Amino acid sequence: MKPSLAYRVFRVVALTVVVLSLVAPLVWMVAASLKTNVDIYDSSKALAFSPTLDNYGKVLQQANYIQFIFNSFWVAFVATVASLILGLPAAYSMSRFNMRKSALVVLMARIIPGVSLLVPWYYVFSNLRMVGGYEVLIISHMFVSLPLVVYIMMGYFDSLPTELEEAALVDGLTHIGAFRRITLPLSVPGIATAGILSFIFSWNNFMFALVLSDANTKTLPVAIFDFVGYASIDWGGLMAATTVVTLPIMVIALFVQKYVVSGLTAGATKG
Amino acid sequence: MATTTEAQRGAPLTPGWARWANDHRKWLFAAPAMTFVAGLLVFPLAWTVYLSLTDSEGSVRADSEFIGLRNYISVLTDTDRFWPAVGRTATFTGAALLFEMVLGMAIALLLWRPFKGQKWVRVAILLPLVATPVAVGMMWRLIFDPNIGMANQVLGWFGIGPQPWLAGEHTALPTTIFIDVWQWTPMVVLILLAGLTSLSEEPQEAARIDGASTWQRFRHVTLPLLMPTVTVAILLRGIDALKTFDILYATKGRGGGSFHEVETLNVYAYGLSFDYNKYGVSSTVLILFFLIIIGAMWALTARRSKEERA
Repeated sequence: MKPSLAYRVFRVVALTVVVLSLVAPLVWMVAASLKTNVDIYDSSKALAFSPTLDNYGKVLQQANYIQFIFNSFWVAFVATVASLILGLPAAYSMSRFNMRKSALVVLMARIIPGVSLLVPWYYVFSNLRMVGGYEVLIISHMFVSLPLVVYIMMGYFDSLPTELEEAALVDGLTHIGAFRRITLPLSVPGIATAGILSFIFSWNNFMFALVLSDANTKTLPVAIFDFVGYASIDWGGLMAATTVVTLPIMVIALFVQKYVVSGLTAGATKG
Repeated sequence: MATTTEAQRGAPLTPGWARWANDHRKWLFAAPAMTFVAGLLVFPLAWTVYLSLTDSEGSVRADSEFIGLRNYISVLTDTDRFWPAVGRTATFTGAALLFEMVLGMAIALLLWRPFKGQKWVRVAILLPLVATPVAVGMMWRLIFDPNIGMANQVLGWFGIGPQPWLAGEHTALPTTIFIDVWQWTPMVVLILLAGLTSLSEEPQEAARIDGASTWQRFRHVTLPLLMPTVTVAILLRGIDALKTFDILYATKGRGGGSFHEVETLNVYAYGLSFDYNKYGVSSTVLILFFLIIIGAMWALTARRSKEERA
């Protein structure tokens, strides 16, 4: 049945409002990043302004952002790869052997407030002289991404029929061989989903790096605060910095939209 | 165990270690990940429990004395910082969750039936969701700036006077709730949309033939069938809303602002640990916070299993 005309008009209006309220603030952020601080303070130049890239020059050159972009990327990348290496077999085992209690331990990591772990972590890692290094940032971010990988991949392996693995066993593969040569290649969409989500969550993570990084290893979310002074805020620089942090991840997400959505909604429909 | 027979049925495994690995693959596969998580989780948690029973302060290496439950007594009788923080956490979570669920359900229903241009709406929905929360906080800080922000200009078009937004003692918390709703309503939309898409058409058709109105169909057919997904959405969003830190820190800085306007339990505990180095008290707050989270989850899942039995 086709919806009534009145409903269709209402839907167009309502969804236009929704889209505008979601997108307009982001457009405003990018616009402000292209303005001089004088123009930001001038409301008559809200949209009619002559764009400048000075703020980006400030962010990328003076503020050492090339380094912070690398830090964010490197930490997210290694944490994601390591989480997949540890998480894929674990999720497989938990799915095939129905280890729901063990899965619960891993999922506890999602529930617990991060602050309660940071004091002990800081103590242990500073004794090991690791605070401020990449390793400790990667480990702490893996604490977020590994449970995510396990959670997403458990659901994925649950949905994969076991017949193909059984056929592989009959054909002479070992269980581990069947996992490696049959199950993993079949799971590429799931692995992509888990990997992308893990990367996004690590890229966006703030609290762990706030405590565990130093001036050279800090990630982008922490580096943003360089533009917030005690007395005043460099709005142009700040908006350029926020754009540098958010834009890459938004562009990536748009290209792999399908995977992002299936990762975020994983487990939602099983109840 | 069934695995041995399966292994025997399989091909001859020449090297002994390969057979051993195969037979023990259940734990061989699961152990590295579990050890990693448990190592970062169990020991710190136990230590936090221990610290909460001591007067540890200044440095965790400094001598501290075991003082039993004294921290718990002083925290639970602290009407200056602790209980207001509990109140703000409850207000923030409750209000954000309410708006996100209602708006999220409305938008999901609008997107349920396919139409032209739906792709673009979905793109718009994804953007806030993947944006870095700290950056989102900064972005809204500019928009809500009382002097130069766009928000007051927009209000001006409608003849409404400027508001202090994040800068006001009583408007800061509602403003941060708004930011949370902006960023995370899309999450609820995606989850509910996934649930709606998986519903079968027959109950809808049957209700329509029986002459049920649109509202009746939603209230008595769609909503009950969607309830498991709704619970998942509440659970996922609820846990994250309780633990909100990034946007509060980005918009109001340490201690949740000079009047602690947005100081929730998480922000309070962070400040106790890393601004004041009061590890004993901070651990106590965290243990209580953790109990609150567990309690909220338990209440929600208990309600769900009761519904499932009914």
